[in-house]
Amino acid sequence: MATTPNAATPADLAWSPRALLRRIRSADEIAHVITLIAAATLLLITVLLVYQLWVLSAEARAKFGWSFFVTGTWDPVAGQFGALPFIYGTLVTSAVALMLAVPLGVGGAIFLAELAPPKLSSSLTFVSDLLAAVPSVIYGLLGVFLLVPIMRTTIQPALKRTLGFLPLFQGPAYGIGFLTAGIVLAVMIVPFVLSVSREVLLAVPRDQREAALALGATKWESTWKVVVPAARIGIFGSVFLALARALGETMAVTMVIGNNPKIAASLFSPGYSIAAVLANEFSEATGNLYLSALIELGLVLFLLTFILNGLARLLILVTTARGSGVLPT
Amino acid sequence: MNARLMWRKTLNVTMLSLTGVCVLITVSVLFFILGYLVYNGGKDLSWNFFTRLPAPVGEVGGGMANAILGSLKLLFLAALFGVPIGLLGGVYLSEFGGRTLPFIVRYTADLLNGVPSIVIGIFAYALIVMPMHHFSTLAGGFALGIMVIPTVLRNTESFLSEVPSSLREGAFAMGANKWKMVATVVLPAASRGILTGVLLALARVAGETAPLLFTAFGNRYWSPGWMQPTSSLPVIIYTYATGPYEDWHRQAWAAGLVLLGLVLVTNILVRAFLSRGTSFERS
Repeated sequence: MATTPNAATPADLAWSPRALLRRIRSADEIAHVITLIAAATLLLITVLLVYQLWVLSAEARAKFGWSFFVTGTWDPVAGQFGALPFIYGTLVTSAVALMLAVPLGVGGAIFLAELAPPKLSSSLTFVSDLLAAVPSVIYGLLGVFLLVPIMRTTIQPALKRTLGFLPLFQGPAYGIGFLTAGIVLAVMIVPFVLSVSREVLLAVPRDQREAALALGATKWESTWKVVVPAARIGIFGSVFLALARALGETMAVTMVIGNNPKIAASLFSPGYSIAAVLANEFSEATGNLYLSALIELGLVLFLLTFILNGLARLLILVTTARGSGVLPT
Repeated sequence: MNARLMWRKTLNVTMLSLTGVCVLITVSVLFFILGYLVYNGGKDLSWNFFTRLPAPVGEVGGGMANAILGSLKLLFLAALFGVPIGLLGGVYLSEFGGRTLPFIVRYTADLLNGVPSIVIGIFAYALIVMPMHHFSTLAGGFALGIMVIPTVLRNTESFLSEVPSSLREGAFAMGANKWKMVATVVLPAASRGILTGVLLALARVAGETAPLLFTAFGNRYWSPGWMQPTSSLPVIIYTYATGPYEDWHRQAWAAGLVLLGLVLVTNILVRAFLSRGTSFERS
């Protein structure tokens, strides 16, 4: 089969040394291949990550099967490993965080997208982005020395007095626990909700707002009944993104959650999360089964965040693409 | 004015003010954190803090010189490992890629970016610590390097794709190859943006603690070479903050202030640098 030197045909990809040499002679091809390798490395790393987590958790998966997720005993000495308390703690703290962060973030995004003049809006967004850049361990530091004492002496007693009839707010006020971890997480994920929601709100076409205003709606009515519903899917996306952050957040949670593997209805109770148990026990894990059980926890965390992130990206892509015709970078 | 209209107007003003309050709360948290750290950490910052090794457990005094150097070494490794891959991968997506593969790479990069840092730590543990049978600077730097890749890659791509096509066409018209066009025209035009992206990515991983806990581990002394466990600023903040000694707590505040200062200053400088405009916009 005759080929001209510059036209790449399937034959060029064959493993014949001459075809290979011909391809490599062109500098463009070399640059192409080198950059392709770099891009492929990213894919390779991701695949290898999943593979390692899967293979190294094999022992725990074989021994415990699905009961790993519904057993509450975590006893390294007896070789009993059940992930339920950690999964529970991760979900509860994330739920508390979302409940606080979503209204705050979406409310703030409405202000930045609808009310604030563009200059103010972009500088406030910058400050919020800086908040997202604060290292997690710093939040933990403030959590331990500032928030925990305040929770113990002021907030938890006050909640007990007012809402103490709910099982959520009963029991001794230790300061540490699910609620405190949830609050710290909330502060950490607000910037994500805020900046992504702002982005999707801004992508809603101008005419929609003007049409609502022309019909006699107040500014709030046009925002709440027209703009926000139009950006609904993207806002869900921002919430998923924030949830994925909250689930995997390690240091700040480890420092304030109490590190006690138990399941309690009260938010005041000390608990544990998947990420926190990894941070505390991984480097001290003795025995293959122990390590393998911890790695299975890592696998769970990975899958949860992977799915949530994938979903979030799709939702955000759908709204911003539909709204403005321009994809965000 | 009828009651219904009154109600609607009141609701309008109330809700809109509430959204303002939301922003105010969010934004004030940053200033509060900064102020509190300066108040608590500022008084314990001294020359010794930057030049001394930690004092023996239980004794007062000492510094964090080994942690600061350890963090720098880890960042150097992270840049060495992550930046080339991110940069070249970004060039591929923007200049050489077709349709399907770049989409997959882009999506995977975003997903990898969202993987909890502690899981990245497990990965580095499995890949480097387990075969070597001990913790090392290398493993920590590798973990941080993986976290750098997606940010640098996406950022490089987006700045490259902003380079006007007239520049590319000009280079082609002068008879340049594609790689010559990319290397001598497109990359220099986008260099400012790419550099800031690299700095932001490094600033982000500089504060990461979780992936270092069981890769770089910790060390109370200097860490010679690259194969020994090393101390680092974020990990020492964690250790000291959760430790039992009053003096440790004070040092944790000081270290927190240094770390936060570094991260915030980098972010602000990068922003100022970028807002001066990219070099090709001026022409």
